[in-house]
This record gives sequence, structure tokens and C-alpha cells, in this order.
Amino acid sequence: MRTVLTTALAVFGLAAASVTALADFPERPVTVIVPWSAGGGTDATGRIIATMLEERLGQPFNVVNRTGGGGIVGHTTIKDADPDGYTIGILTTELSMYEPVGSAKLNSADYSLIGLYNSDPSAIFVKADSGFQTIADLAEAVKADPQAVQASGANFGGVNHLSWVSMVQGLGLDGSASSWVPAEGGAPALQLLASGAIDVAVVQFPEAQALMDAGEIRALATLGSAPNPKHPDVPPITEALGIEFSIAGWRGVGGPAGMPEDITATLTSELEEIVASDAFREQMGALNYGVVWAGGTDFADYLERRGAAFGAAISAAGLGQ
Amino acid sequence: MMDALSLAAGLVFNAETLTVIFFASAFGLFVGAMPGLTATMAAALLVPITFYMDPIPAIAAIISCTAMAITAGDIPGALLRIPGTPASAAYVEDAYGLTRKGRAGFAIGISICAAAFGGLFGFATLLVAAPFLARFALNFSSFEYFWLSVLGLSCAVVVSHGGVAKGILSLLLGLFIAQIGLDPLMGQPRFTFGIAELSGGISFIPAMIGMFALAEILRNGREGRSSVPQVEVANPFAGVGAALSRYRLNLFRGAAVGSVIGALPGIGGDLGAWITYSLAKRTSKEPEKFGTGHPEGLVEAGASNNAALSSSWIPAMVFGIPGDAVTAIAVGVLFMKGLEPGPQLLTSNPENFYAVLLVFVLANLLLIPFGYLAARLARNLFKVPRSYLNAAILLFCVVGSYSINNTLFGVGIMLVLGVIAYILQSRDFAIAPIILGIVLGPLVEQSFTTSMTIARGDLWGFFERPIAAALGIATVLIWLGLVAGMVLFKKPRSNAVSSR
Repeated sequence: MRTVLTTALAVFGLAAASVTALADFPERPVTVIVPWSAGGGTDATGRIIATMLEERLGQPFNVVNRTGGGGIVGHTTIKDADPDGYTIGILTTELSMYEPVGSAKLNSADYSLIGLYNSDPSAIFVKADSGFQTIADLAEAVKADPQAVQASGANFGGVNHLSWVSMVQGLGLDGSASSWVPAEGGAPALQLLASGAIDVAVVQFPEAQALMDAGEIRALATLGSAPNPKHPDVPPITEALGIEFSIAGWRGVGGPAGMPEDITATLTSELEEIVASDAFREQMGALNYGVVWAGGTDFADYLERRGAAFGAAISAAGLGQ
Repeated sequence: MMDALSLAAGLVFNAETLTVIFFASAFGLFVGAMPGLTATMAAALLVPITFYMDPIPAIAAIISCTAMAITAGDIPGALLRIPGTPASAAYVEDAYGLTRKGRAGFAIGISICAAAFGGLFGFATLLVAAPFLARFALNFSSFEYFWLSVLGLSCAVVVSHGGVAKGILSLLLGLFIAQIGLDPLMGQPRFTFGIAELSGGISFIPAMIGMFALAEILRNGREGRSSVPQVEVANPFAGVGAALSRYRLNLFRGAAVGSVIGALPGIGGDLGAWITYSLAKRTSKEPEKFGTGHPEGLVEAGASNNAALSSSWIPAMVFGIPGDAVTAIAVGVLFMKGLEPGPQLLTSNPENFYAVLLVFVLANLLLIPFGYLAARLARNLFKVPRSYLNAAILLFCVVGSYSINNTLFGVGIMLVLGVIAYILQSRDFAIAPIILGIVLGPLVEQSFTTSMTIARGDLWGFFERPIAAALGIATVLIWLGLVAGMVLFKKPRSNAVSSR
């Protein structure tokens, strides 16, 4: 009897929930998981998105940093959350790489994809008093002994690592011969660079901005085919060394697979309006992040193409399993 | 600089900013005093409100709220043995020991006043040495972090009151707990037994609540102890001034050490309290009183705590490298208000930088009246019979450990570790080293593996950088001293104590 009653109540509850979900979502605070440490680019942009969603939907969107394992902990937390729309998270480039590298069984199919909002190429930084004056100097040193140049940026097999490997490969070397120091994100890697423990940091411009202003570090090259609009003096690597380069970091919003479609649709349309808004572009611009938009299925297509490109790059670099 | 200071005073001393500081402090006091709610939550909750404020009031709200919340985290530590932050776990035994002696108001008074002093000392440090300290902090790489964290672990043995061997065992248990979850280098699961929730590791707050508060409830239950007697005094802060002037050396040293260590991104505040507490015990004339309700360590670690809090803003403001979630939130607010962190914050708009410093002063001064109020109210808590109070504390334990990740898993961690801590404690094992192991374990491991990668497996790498070498030699000497002490004084510890 009790079971029947419970089941009946549960069914009734579910029915009621699905009827009112669209109208009422969100009716309590939403958790936004950021898989990287506080202070990095994902954290900064994630907090902008969270506060704007909060303004629009009238419930707190609480940012929680779940770091560790090169973003695997955070991405796994998002995947394993209840798909009720009350736990979403920021998905990052690394999601395109876990399976090709063999570090975790995570791919875009594990998520309800809400929208892509950012894409940025990384850049190469050295300490201000480094002997490398230009990217050509650095290239010479890497050609002489790839192991002697210590580089960091984030985790092993992450986008910054892969960018570095691709550059080393572009110089005509075996990509797996290069050295990489894993770090918990951009900020810790920059701390390592500024303290003189490593020679090169591969991070994105916004993360390095304050240290560049302070004259502690210099940018040698943008890892793309066009210069960064805010840093026109820093040569793109295609121009400086003639290396074709297409790997760039991306960031998007997603939740666990199986979220109710109406909730995903609500979040996608809200996010689309946020990404199109002047306020968002202004704040992302102030932080020097590139704004792009791909919602729902477009986001899925984008990730599929990226996944293939990254997979190819990873196996070419000798990182795959 | 004087022009900038007077401009800054104009930015801070106006009705809007002062009102914001007052209410943000009151809010911080409330959040900090609730077991399980953290300063990070308080800051995160304030962010949306800061959208509607001018830049200085916005940043003032975050600063005053977190300064108050972190200090107020000492209140449940003193009253209920529920430390609010990893830092306050260092001296919770002494604060709670004072409460058991009937001097809860005195314990809170010491914490609050030492914290206010430390905060003001931190302000003075920032005023004269911010750029220098920031540059100094930038010299720290994984090699230096490794030695600092090992030095922190060594404190476990010093703070432990059950003897060196038991202290080391407790520490190892803490380090083991820190191993649970995904490894920080390659993301391999360790000791997770396929349980998804364990792959995120053992959260620190439920562990701390269980090991201190739940264990204490269990002990009370066994002893059937009646209510904790409280001295009825009109002024709960009576005797605080005398205690602070008696331990003025500790006060200054704690604030100075805290200001320097606090500037290191990521670890400063927590490590500072532990290092200064064990420093106080090491140099004390009466180390045997530590852990039983002795104000000396409380003074030094309390001062270090808030001094570190002030200087933890240096790397965030000068180089955009935030050390923890609170400063990351503050950096976000700075960006949003057009006050981009970086050296230009000190050069092109120095009045904004000084205004931030002035907010620190006000927030730290407000600690004293607010703390006084809290201490007076605290006395009423002990009019409630202990058995009812314990039920309420248990409720707080459950809510507090639930609220960290909003899962019942946190409650499970709290219960399991609470029972373990109760058993260990009845065998005279200290709890503080376990907490220290959980806090510093990941840092030790990560800084070690990072350094080994950089040095290509060469252990001498740990001695090749000047600061690392100095820290390393100091750490090795401390351990050699400890081992020598164990070998030479094999006889009971009481001999060693009485021979001093």
C-alpha cells in the first residue's frame, strides 16, 4: 500500500513538475560548476555568465570551482549531476581531448549542450628578462633541444599543452619530444613563469594581462593565423614562423545529459540573448575574451568538428592511446 | 601620496560607502558565525548586489563582508568547537578550552582583538610595502611552495599535545585522507572504490565539523557532563587588554609573519595561522598549557590570520593572480567596475588603491564592537542545558556539512570522521595534525610533482633556488632536531619539560 502510494505521489509529483517546469524554472538556486581554479579564464567568464543568468532568471546562480585532474573532476561532476537543470557548468576545450588522449571517458554526448560563448587562441609568453627576444629565438632553442625548454600552461594533454606540441611539431620535430610541466590552470603557470622556474608559459592574453602591464613577462607570438586585436604588435605564429595553426580554446555552457528539453531551451535562449547583449560583449571585451555563439545543435556540430581535429592533432603528437 | 590618501578618504567616508560597509559587515558576521557557511559563500551572495553600486562601495562590500566572516568563523570555534576556517582549526582547542573554563567571552575577545590588530598591521604593511611584497611573492615557485608546505606539516608535530610519535601518526592519517580522489597530475582515481562522489575527494569542511564538533558531542555524551559553567561578567572583554599586552611579542610577531606569508597566492592565510601557532608554542615559557585553553597561541595565530587576509589581496590586485575563491570574486568585481587589477592600479589611480586599504581599516575596526556584541550574546548560549545545546549543535553539524556541496554525502563524511576522531581522541591522539594533513596534503603532492617535472627528476633541484634552499635547510634542521630529541630524550616527556 505504502509503495503504491509513494509511486502515485512520485508520478503525480513528476507530472506536476514537468507541467510547471517551463513556467517556474528556476525555482531555486542553480549551481554552476567551473572545472578550473579561481582566477583563470574559465572562472572569470563563468562568473560573468552566472551573474547575467541570475539577473535574467531571478535565482542565484552559484559558481562552484571543482578543480583537479586537469578539469576531469569538474567535468565529471557536471556529467554526474541530476539532470534537473539545477546543476549546469562551464565546459571547456579539454572535453574535446579526454577521449583521444585516453585520460577520461568523457565526450560531448555526456552533456545537454546549452551554448558556446567563447573561443580564443593561446599565446606564448616568456619572462621579461628571458634570453628569447623573438619567437624565432625560442624556435632555435627548441630545435636545439626540445627537452631543455620547460613550458607550462595547464594540464597535460590540455589545449595549451596541445598548442605547444603543435608548435614544436610545426618546427619539424617530433611533438612528443617536448617537455611540459602540468599546472592547475593559467594563473599557477604564470606564477611558475614569473618566479623563473620555467622558460615558457602558453596561456591566453587575458590571464597574462596584469603581468604584462607590470613588465614581468612578454608575449612572443599569438598561436593563430591573425593577430589579437588588443595586441596587434604580437606576431601571429603563421606569419612569424610559417606554421599553420588551427587549435584554439573554446568555452561553453552545458548540463548533464538528459535534461528536460524545455529547460535546456530556456537556458539556450537566455544565453543567446546574453551573448548578443552589449553588456556581455563589453565585459568580455574588457577582459579580452573573444565572443562567439553557437547554441544547442550548432554547439554539438561545432564540438564534433573540434573533437575530430583535436583527435587528429593528438595522435599526430604521439599523445594518444 | 598624501593627495591620493585624501582623495581616497573622500571615496570612503561618504554615506553610501559607510552604510554599505556597515551592512556588509553585519551580514559577514552572521554568515561567519553560522557553522558550515563560509566567507566564500558570503562574497558570492553579495556579487549580484554590487552590480548596482559604484566601484568603491562594491569592493568595500566584498572586503568588509569577508574580513568579518573569516574572523566571525572563530566564534563557533570558541563556543561549540566548530572551527570556521582551516586557519581557525589551528587554535580551536585553546579557544574552546577557555570556554570550558567558563571564559567564552574572553576567548572571543582575544580572537577578535588580536584579529583587529593583525588586520591593522596588515594595512600598515600594505601601505608601505605592497609593490615590494607583491614582487617578493612572485619569486615563489613550486620549489618554494613545496618546502613551505613541508614546513607547515612539521608544525603538526609541534602543535600536537599527545607526543611526537602520535602527532606524526595523526598527520599521516590526514595525508592519507587527502590522497582520496583524483590525483592532481594525471587525474587517476585513488581509493575511490568506484564511488563517484569520492572522486571529488574528502571535502574539508565536513571533515573539520565531524572531527571537532561531533567528536566533542560524543565525548560530552559519554562523560554525561552537565552545562559548561560561565563566569558572569558585565564586560566580556575584561582582561583582554591585559592579555594582549602580556603577549605583545606574540601579537607583533604573528601580525608580521602573517603579513609576509599571506602575500603568497593560494596558501598564505591557512599556513600562517599554523606556523605562528607552533612558533608561539615553541618559544613559550609554558608550552604544556597549549591546547588546554591558553591565550598565548590564540593571540599570535589570531593576529596572523587577519594580517594574512589583508596581504592576500596583494598578488590579486598587483598581478591579477588571485589566491583563493574570495579574491577571485573580488578580482571579478574589480574588472566589472573598470578597476582592472595590475600595477597601474597603484600608479595611475592610486586613490582607488588607498580607498581599498581604508576599507580594510574600517572593517577591522568594526570587528571590535561587532565582536563585543557577539561575545555578550554568546553568554546566553550557556544558559541552555547542555543536552539541549548538543542536539542543536548536532543539527548545525548536519546542515553545515550538507551545505558545502548540497549532498548527503558530506553528512556521511562528517559522521564517519567524527566517530574516528572520537576514538582517536580517547586514545590521546591530537586532531589538529589530521586537519593539517588534509589541508596541506594536496599542496605538498602537487608542488613536489611539479618541481620534479621541472627539475627532470633531480632532487637537488629543491636546493638550487636561493629561497628554496634556505627553506629546505631550515626544514631539514627542524626534523633533524626532532629526531635527535627523540633519540636523546627517550625517557618520559615530563623530564624534558621540567628540564627547561
